Amino acid sequence: MDLDFLWTTFVRLIGGVPLTLQLAFSSIVLGLALAVLLAVMMRSWFTPLAWAADGFVFVFRGTPLLVQVFLIYYGLGQFRPVLDDMGIWWFFRSPYYCALLALTLNTAAYGAEIVRGGLQSVPHGQIEAARAFGMSGFTLYRRIVAPIALRQALPAYGNEIILMIKATSLCSTITLMEVTGLAHRIISETFRSFEVFFVAGAIYLAINFAMSRLIGLAEARIAPDLDQASRPAEVH
Amino acid sequence: MKITRLVVVAGAVLALGLTAFDASAQMRKVKVATEGAYAPWNFVNSAGKLEGFELDLGAELCKRAKFDCEFVAQDWDGIMPSLLAKKYDAIMAGMNITPKRMETINFTTAYAAGAHGFLVMKNSSLTKMPGGEFSLTKDPAGAEKAIADLKPLLKGKILGVQASTTNLAWAEKYFKDVAEIREYKTTEQHDLDVAAGRIDAAVVAHSAAKATMETATGKDMAIAGPAFSGGMLGLGVAVGIRKEDNDLKAAFDDAVKSAIADGTIKRLSEKWFKVDMTPKS
Repeated sequence: MDLDFLWTTFVRLIGGVPLTLQLAFSSIVLGLALAVLLAVMMRSWFTPLAWAADGFVFVFRGTPLLVQVFLIYYGLGQFRPVLDDMGIWWFFRSPYYCALLALTLNTAAYGAEIVRGGLQSVPHGQIEAARAFGMSGFTLYRRIVAPIALRQALPAYGNEIILMIKATSLCSTITLMEVTGLAHRIISETFRSFEVFFVAGAIYLAINFAMSRLIGLAEARIAPDLDQASRPAEVH
Repeated sequence: MKITRLVVVAGAVLALGLTAFDASAQMRKVKVATEGAYAPWNFVNSAGKLEGFELDLGAELCKRAKFDCEFVAQDWDGIMPSLLAKKYDAIMAGMNITPKRMETINFTTAYAAGAHGFLVMKNSSLTKMPGGEFSLTKDPAGAEKAIADLKPLLKGKILGVQASTTNLAWAEKYFKDVAEIREYKTTEQHDLDVAAGRIDAAVVAHSAAKATMETATGKDMAIAGPAFSGGMLGLGVAVGIRKEDNDLKAAFDDAVKSAIADGTIKRLSEKWFKVDMTPKS
C-alpha cells in the first residue's frame, strides 16, 4: 500500500466532508419536521389529508432516490419558463437546493412511517389512564404519547439518519463535490479507484461510527430501562 | 511396433496442437469499449444499439487487423480504470491522446482530430466572444493571448465540463480563477444545463457541440469564441490500449494508417461530422 497516496487522498477527500454533513443534517432536520407533519396527517380523521400523506409516502418510498434527484434537477430544469414565472427558478437553478429538496422529501417519507409506527405503539391503556387523570390534548402528547413514541421510534430513526448520510453520495451526480464527487475526481486524475474508494469508504464509516454512538447515547438517555444490558449492575 | 505407435501418438498430438493453434490464429477476439453517450462519435440509437463514427470505424479497423471485435458500452469516468482491469482490450471513445494519459496507457496513431471551444445559448452575451483558430501546439503564444482575451468576458460565469476530459483539465488551468467550473458525468447532462440556463457555457469538442445543436435540447445553442486544439486539449483521438499489449497496438496502428491513406476515415468522418476530421500530420 502506498501510504503517501492514501494520505494525500484522505486530505483531499476531507475537503468534501463539510458539504456531505451539511447536506445530510439539513435534510434530516427539515425532513423530520415534514415527517412529523405527514404522520399527523396520516392519523387525521379528515380522509383526504390522510390520503395525501399516504400518497406522498408511497411515491417517495417507492422510487429510487437517484431517480428523484435526477427528476428534480434535470427534469424540472426543462420547465424553466414555468418556474421562472412562478418566481422559484432561483431555487431550482442551484444544484445544492435541488439535492437538498430531493433528500428532504425522501427522508420525510421514510421518517413519516417511523413516526407513525412510534405513535401507534403507544398503548391505548396508557392514554386512557392519562385521560382519567384529566390530561388532554397537548399535555397528554407531551407527557405520555411523545415520550413513549420517541423511545419506540428512535432506533429505527437512527437507522434512517445513517442511511441519509450515505445517500448524500448520490448528490455527486448533479455536480456537487462532496466526498464521493471528490473521490471520482481523484480517480479520474490517478485511475486508482481501489485506494480512493477505500479512503472514501473509511471516511463514511468514521462519520457513521460517530453518528451511531451519538444515537446510542440518545437511546440510553431516553429509555434507560431498555438498555440494562449495557450498564453495570447496580449494587445494593 | 513400439516406434510406430509412438509415431502415431506423436502425430495425433501434433495434429491436435496444430488445429488448436490454427483456431487461435484465425481470429483474435478483441473487446472494444466505447462510452455510448457522445454523439456523433458513439451513442446508443433509438433501437438501443451502439452507433456512431467510432462504431463504423472500429468495425473497419478490426476487419483490416483481422480481429473479431465486440463493442461494449462503459461509463466515461471508469473507462480507463476498466481497461487496466482487463474488462476489455481497447478504447475507442473520442478519447484524446494526452501526456497525462500516456503515463497510464498507450495510444495508437490518431484517427481523428478536432477543435474545442464553448457551447452557449444563442441569446447569451458570450456569443460576443472573439473568434479565431488557435493551436496550443503550433502557436502557444497566440493561444495564450486568445485565452487572456476571453478571461474578462468569462468573469463570474459558470462553465460546465464533462469530468475526466481534456476539456476539464484545460478549463481548470485557464479559467478557474475567473469562472466557476462544474463537472458533469456526461456531455448530455451539461447540454441540458446550458439549455436550462444553470450554466453559462459548456466547454466542449466542436464535433459533439454540433451534434447537440441538431437535437431539440440544442436548437437554440451556438458555438462561441475561438476554436482551440492541440496541446493539453489532446494530440488527436486514438485507440487506447494497455501498455503491455504491443502487438495489439501495432495491428491497430497499421489499420489506422491504411484507413487514413485510402480515405476511409475522411469518408466516415464526412458521414458523421459533415467535415473531414482526418488528423493532419
